[in-house]
Amino acid sequence: MALATYASPTEKAWYYAYRVICALIFVFLISPILIVMPLSFNAEPYFTFTREMLTLDPAGYSTRWYDLLLTFGMEAPDGPRDGSWWADAWANAAWINAAKNSVIIGFFSTILATVLGTVAALGLSRPEMPFRRIIMAILISPMIVPLIITATGLFFFYSWSGLANSYVGVVFAHATLGIPFVIITVTATLIGFDHSLTRAAANLGASPTTTFFKITMPLILPGVISGALFAFVTSFDEVVVVLFIAAHDQQTIPRQMWNGIREQISPAILSVATILVIISICLLTTVEILRRRSEKLRGLSPT
Amino acid sequence: MVDMTADTDQNDAGELRTADGQPLKSSLARAQRRARTRAAILVAPLLLFVLITFVVPIGQMLFRSIHNDGFTMHTSISDGVKTPIMVNLRDWFDDNPRGTEPDEAAYEALVMDLRLLRELRAPGQVGTRINYEHSGSRSLFTKTARRADRLEAPFKEAVLDVDEDWAEPELWSAMRTASNPYTLSFYLAAVDMTTTPEGDIVSVDENRQIYINLFIRTLWLSALITGLCFLLGFPVAHLLAILPMRTSNLLMILVLLPFWTSLLVRTTSWMVLLQSQGVVNDVMVAMGIIGDDGRIQMMYNQIGTIVAMTHILLPFMILPMYSVMRTIPPSYARAARSLGATSWTTFRRIYFPQTIPGIAAGSMLVFILAVGYYITPALVGGSDGQLISNLIAFHMQNSLNWSLAAALAALLLFGVLILYWLYDRLVGIDNMKLG
Repeated sequence: MALATYASPTEKAWYYAYRVICALIFVFLISPILIVMPLSFNAEPYFTFTREMLTLDPAGYSTRWYDLLLTFGMEAPDGPRDGSWWADAWANAAWINAAKNSVIIGFFSTILATVLGTVAALGLSRPEMPFRRIIMAILISPMIVPLIITATGLFFFYSWSGLANSYVGVVFAHATLGIPFVIITVTATLIGFDHSLTRAAANLGASPTTTFFKITMPLILPGVISGALFAFVTSFDEVVVVLFIAAHDQQTIPRQMWNGIREQISPAILSVATILVIISICLLTTVEILRRRSEKLRGLSPT
Repeated sequence: MVDMTADTDQNDAGELRTADGQPLKSSLARAQRRARTRAAILVAPLLLFVLITFVVPIGQMLFRSIHNDGFTMHTSISDGVKTPIMVNLRDWFDDNPRGTEPDEAAYEALVMDLRLLRELRAPGQVGTRINYEHSGSRSLFTKTARRADRLEAPFKEAVLDVDEDWAEPELWSAMRTASNPYTLSFYLAAVDMTTTPEGDIVSVDENRQIYINLFIRTLWLSALITGLCFLLGFPVAHLLAILPMRTSNLLMILVLLPFWTSLLVRTTSWMVLLQSQGVVNDVMVAMGIIGDDGRIQMMYNQIGTIVAMTHILLPFMILPMYSVMRTIPPSYARAARSLGATSWTTFRRIYFPQTIPGIAAGSMLVFILAVGYYITPALVGGSDGQLISNLIAFHMQNSLNWSLAAALAALLLFGVLILYWLYDRLVGIDNMKLG
């Protein structure tokens, strides 16, 4: 909204002051996320900018903390970096193992949450669905109920049912936490869905399965993928449930970070944080592209 | 004319029929029933999954909060055999009303039970259970059980010889409470109440009250954080709503990126920023606002919790407000201006009331999320920035008083569910949007 020509001086002043205030709030929002990036290249084990860094002296920067991520936990971190060194890193480095666990757990819980969530969202978006409101409330509740309560409940349930300390247990728990995001994104996509398309397909002789895969699925795919990404991020970022129900050797990236922060915070944590920020930038970009695509598909492109 | 004919036809036939001769009404009912079943079948697998992995565990937690068989049942770790324990003493409690002075029979029952406990190697378990109600009891049980075999009649003197604390009425009251596995005593403990030996329910000592204050602090900090989020979120949401779509989409990234960034990353960043040797203090020293020796302690206290949580929850406030503000037609404000309202009046009387649904949605979401926050207060909160979740975690992992943890969690859950219900009534969970 441009400044109106009839605006009084006070209004003009406020117009600019308002933008400055908003800019400051944006700085508040974004600077904590960006600040970790340069700091992770600090040559010194400090959490602030050294004089060398401020003068852009190359001596003030190093990638030693990224290197530490690789070597930490290795059997022979100082050996020559040949094939066996990398094999050692792949097998023993603590952060690499944590990353492997995170990806495995995230992958399976995302698949589970997305498949179950998408199918359920198809049912929930039908107007004839009985008890729609209460069922929706139950399915969304894992997002609302504090994680510590979920973790406590799961701790009792898993130690009773024998799922504690197992991958299956963590995958199930993370799938439950990811489901609300899938439901919300997929139902949001289905709100604008033109049901005459499926009727037309049925009219032309397509079976319900064919209609789903040829007509419905391509149209709701952007919503499904963003839901899946949300579910993946939820799992990838989750630490409380893992702390409560996973075995001690089941380290994930957030759990490793949590331990690192609580014991002795070192700039190595910042290099992990930087990597995670870059991952989230990629995910955000993907979701934004998908959202625009979906809007275009549904004829809602922005004006 | 046509209508009249149709009417007559219908009257002749009695009712409308479909092509295959079924009454239309029942045919429609069947079709609707089939559609309902189909929708229900689609939802059923997920509902079942969530019931098993979420609702049942929470139910189990609620059960744990009212049930603790530490004083009544011993489960062998090796083979899982369950043995009822403290049977004699529980019989004595059943026969004598609360407040009865423990007599020789009571002490005899106690010694018999302690002998069984010694055999089962379970005095620690029972002692721990009583310790929840009356601190210092665990060692009392282990010590007395060790000598239980050697104790002889008269048992009262013999037991009191081992330790005089056995005469304390509070201890006997605690044992009576624990003798029933179903108890509300953990809820009482969770609201800083206790049962006197006479059976009255009273508040515990002023200086031993923890939980009520913590609940109040949790609510107060959550309200404060919600307020801060509103103050910071409103201008941003408004700006995003009035800017052209292209610009606002770009600026929106600045809101969405924090939303997508790992919680631990954001908490870590704040730890880095707020440290006494951190960036914020350094900048202030460099600008001469504070001296090098006057660095402000902003972490491991409430300030840390408030700042970090406000930052983390701000996107949850901005997004719902933005989606409401986007739909407000700017012509309303222009109409008000042309009718002579000042810009302040226009904002106050015309624009602001229309944004209230968005404010309500955002505030409730932020408040609900803040009340249950655990990670951020645990990392940056220090001792006075802890919330109720942190105490639940403490009782789960450190003090191992699981029933008390469950009772605290149940109270928190109850509060959150009320807010959730209100949110559903006022905003509707269907309207929840993510980015």
